[in-house]
Amino acid sequence: MIALLNRDLRLAMRAGGGFGLGLSFFLIVVVLIPFGVGPETSLLGRIAPGVLWVAALLACLLSLDRMFALDFEDGSLDLLVTSPLPLEGIITVKAIAHWLTTGLPLVAAAPVFALLMSLPANGYFALVLSLLIGTPALSVIGAFGAALTVGIKRGGLLLSLLVLPLYVPTLIFGAEVARRGAESQPYTSPLLLLAGISFAALALLPFASAAVLRVNLR
Amino acid sequence: MELQVDKLCVARGGLAVLKDVSFTVKSGQALVLRGPNGIGKTTLLRTLAGLQPALSGRVSLEAEDMVYAAHVDGIKTTLTVKENLVFWAQIFGTKTIDQAINAFSLSDLIDKPAGMLSAGQKRRLGLARLMVTGRPVWILDEPTVSLDLTAVVMFGDVIQTHLEGGGLAIMATHIDLGLKNAMSLELGGYKAVSALQDDFDEAFL
Repeated sequence: MIALLNRDLRLAMRAGGGFGLGLSFFLIVVVLIPFGVGPETSLLGRIAPGVLWVAALLACLLSLDRMFALDFEDGSLDLLVTSPLPLEGIITVKAIAHWLTTGLPLVAAAPVFALLMSLPANGYFALVLSLLIGTPALSVIGAFGAALTVGIKRGGLLLSLLVLPLYVPTLIFGAEVARRGAESQPYTSPLLLLAGISFAALALLPFASAAVLRVNLR
Repeated sequence: MELQVDKLCVARGGLAVLKDVSFTVKSGQALVLRGPNGIGKTTLLRTLAGLQPALSGRVSLEAEDMVYAAHVDGIKTTLTVKENLVFWAQIFGTKTIDQAINAFSLSDLIDKPAGMLSAGQKRRLGLARLMVTGRPVWILDEPTVSLDLTAVVMFGDVIQTHLEGGGLAIMATHIDLGLKNAMSLELGGYKAVSALQDDFDEAFL
């Protein structure tokens, strides 16, 4: 398991691995939004939590189709499935590797990008906390979508269509936590719901993903 | 150790391609599958390796005893030769990769990124993976593709050593590897009559 995690992280860091893809997309969106809506800081500050969350979600989506497709194309997915590792474990490890290379950098960079969006000062903690708790769900749900579309050439569009509706609850509660934080309101209940979604996805979806992957590899 | 396959019926895309395939391979023996393109050699091998379920029939060994090598080698081009092999050794919980490196004379290439290798060298790396898995039953699908003559002899020796160590090998290949204990099975006679499966829902999965 650790070996697989190491390999995936190393592959992501090497040339063409896609590390930083999500981060640069996040940066591009956040830099462009003020040009689009104008420099009024009060307006930017008000839409900042939602924009940052949507941008993080789309950045996550960008690198999802690589999660299994690359291994499928070069044959290593077949070999991994026939290896001693349980398939559910393989999928969980791959989702974790995806989160470490996409979600975690977004969480770390969010305060800087929030500055660009003039997020009110008391909203930073809630934003980072909501991303930290919410983005693992994005990776795990994404792994399910990637497993569904693994055999399909250029399956990226289908993957987005399948995964986006599943992302909506995470987005709603994540952005709600960030918004309430920015407005200095209590945000415990949406945060708990967000955590609930993340943990439920992490506990249940690897089994579903393993089942669809087995069907797709036949 | 003995691999018994009894009346195995395999399907591709929901259609039966081979039926009632039966054979027995004992420790130290190799079985070479023969037959024209499209007869179902790959499907049979994938079924044995546990990648797809059989329609009916019985395989006496678990998929945990087998290691599968397909047309594609499962090599990560941005990792070095050594990193590729060490990864599989760790996954299969074996210690050493030196034997595999020596057997396929990969020692000069060990620190090169696998993307720099030629097709034949990649194939050698892919086959070297078999040795680091430590599993007794090798399932090989066209293992000699893009190997030169020396490499084919090299590979023949590796299989021979594996068989003498009590291993088994089942392979689909068109060329003679010079194995001592090789049987051959002509699959032409097992061709399934094309008929739609009863399980209609399966066609949509």
